[in-house]
Amino acid sequence: MINRNTNCMEYQEGMEVLDSNMLEQVFSTVEKFCPESYTENDVRRALQKDSPGPEDFMALLSPAALPLLEEIALRAQAETRKHFGNSVNMFTPLYIANYCENYCIYCGFNCHNKIHRARLNGEEIEKEMQAIAETGLEEILLLTGESPKMSDVEYIGEACKIARKYFKVIGLEVYPMNSEDYKYLHECGADFVTVFQETYNPVKYETLHLGGNKRIFPYRFYTQERAVRGGIRGVGFAALLGLDDFRKDAFATGMHAYLLQRKYPQAEITFSCPRLRPIINNDKIKPRDVHEPQLLQIICAYRIFMPFAGITISSREGAKFRDNIIKIAATKISAGVDVGIGGHSQNEPKGDEQFEIEDGRTVPQIYQAIKEQGLQPVMSDYIFV
Amino acid sequence: MENDKKYNNIDNNAGGEDILVLGGRKFHSRFILGSGKYSLKLIKAAVENAGAEMITLALRRAQAETENILDYIPEGVTLLPNTSGARDAQEAVRIARLSRECGCGDFVKIEVMRDSKYLLPDNYETIKATEILAKEGFVVMPYMYPDLNVARDLYNAGAASVMPLGSPIGSNKGICTKEFIKILIEEIDLPVIVDAGIGRPSQACEAMEMGAAAVMANTAIATAGDIPVMAEAFKRAIEAGRMAYLSGLGRVIEKGAAASSPLTGFLHE
Repeated sequence: MINRNTNCMEYQEGMEVLDSNMLEQVFSTVEKFCPESYTENDVRRALQKDSPGPEDFMALLSPAALPLLEEIALRAQAETRKHFGNSVNMFTPLYIANYCENYCIYCGFNCHNKIHRARLNGEEIEKEMQAIAETGLEEILLLTGESPKMSDVEYIGEACKIARKYFKVIGLEVYPMNSEDYKYLHECGADFVTVFQETYNPVKYETLHLGGNKRIFPYRFYTQERAVRGGIRGVGFAALLGLDDFRKDAFATGMHAYLLQRKYPQAEITFSCPRLRPIINNDKIKPRDVHEPQLLQIICAYRIFMPFAGITISSREGAKFRDNIIKIAATKISAGVDVGIGGHSQNEPKGDEQFEIEDGRTVPQIYQAIKEQGLQPVMSDYIFV
Repeated sequence: MENDKKYNNIDNNAGGEDILVLGGRKFHSRFILGSGKYSLKLIKAAVENAGAEMITLALRRAQAETENILDYIPEGVTLLPNTSGARDAQEAVRIARLSRECGCGDFVKIEVMRDSKYLLPDNYETIKATEILAKEGFVVMPYMYPDLNVARDLYNAGAASVMPLGSPIGSNKGICTKEFIKILIEEIDLPVIVDAGIGRPSQACEAMEMGAAAVMANTAIATAGDIPVMAEAFKRAIEAGRMAYLSGLGRVIEKGAAASSPLTGFLHE
């Protein structure tokens, strides 16, 4: 039983341990990052470089960069258009279960939170997928709460197999697992795995994650590497901005992705940029620190540091921000989002939402919004091979 | 394996007509347009203003059910489906076969990339895929890093052309690999089509002056302020470069002027 007395840096039985030192590498670079030490000149120097490196990434994330946000956004936009042209991919998340064994004090799904729990069966999943496919979407992101008991690997695999009938692209945002599990899920049709590290500060991490497998920091950290070793094509990274020093967490997220891509050059990289938002049944948790200018700064810094990486913009953000960020740096946007369980095909969802969304626009509305920006909505840009 | 010359006629200038022959098909235009980075409604205007007769498209984009790119490509333009997304030869072969099954024809541009950062081609896997697909009757046009030995292997594997990169995809840096592409143009009896990195019409012109058989461009046009006008600018630049190549470039003295007294004059004193 993993609880608040468990050492968060110690692997537990059944958790695959990789022969990798990426965690130490990330820690050692984050240690050197002192956001206050950068000047406007450092930021300008970073912007002048052809291929900005980790040191430049630090400058771009520093407070000194904020007054130069317009110049930073221009550079980010140029990089986005160079690498992605006018394309903006669309997708929607599908929550198939919200059972969770973790106790994360900031999360609406946590195991001590009295919410309606549900798990869709195969038939219900298919109904949800049919309803989503009818909107024209061809990419789906399957999510569960983090309960290996209630949403085991076979259950997720079956959901992937059903998804193959309706969608061309299948991503997963589920609990971390071993590489052999990812191999199985890849065979079932999934090819993209995203796991949020939440915060890369292990001291803070330990105080926020009080129970469940998620408490084990390194097992979560090495998820992307295990997924790639299991044959997954693309992996997503994120910190939940606002949990800790968001500049350091954004830097660590970027370095994590940077080091993984250096080690596995074929891996496709994406960033998500969630900010802490009000949590269902928990009025005490309020978003802080990371306001829209800071969020824009972080997203642009990701773009300039890793110009080839996809950036997903969540419906946690409002329509105005999302419409503008796809012009600058984001390359993937969710549409027709319902974060409840069963909400796509039923009027009354079976299970509660994890968080509140800000942008509830439908698929046709988002499609139109992308076009109005002079960009091209893309439903699928992928072949499962 | 001996290359099948039937499919690989190089430039045919007979009768004063300047024609590029690929896969037994004749092309008057030497501008191959990429399609991956456009707003779809602008593709038609770009193709028309570019005078392009061949357009590449990623098969992964050609399968979309909403706004399929194929619906935006004018009739009569030859499709050159590419295998982007393939990370090894086997994946490229699978995508090429799927492309043929989908009715995209026998032309295929091999793209095998094991690097998500620079999207540089994997020459070794590209040769393997070329050999398999050429045997299956595809008109294989491999995207490659300009290496003479690899180009020879591609020739022997049955490629219909070679498509060396000028610089990394989307970089708009121009022909950074100029000297190596020149070697391919001199040594390889296949059309050499400069692909990737061409950011300006002047760079496209330069490639054609060097003797490239054609130029492929995507980002430079797709992200231009006025796409149809930029497409036409490329068209004219490519035509100008081709004319210059065919007319034989004049003598260019790169360093210093000619000596006023002949350096070899002493031999006659």
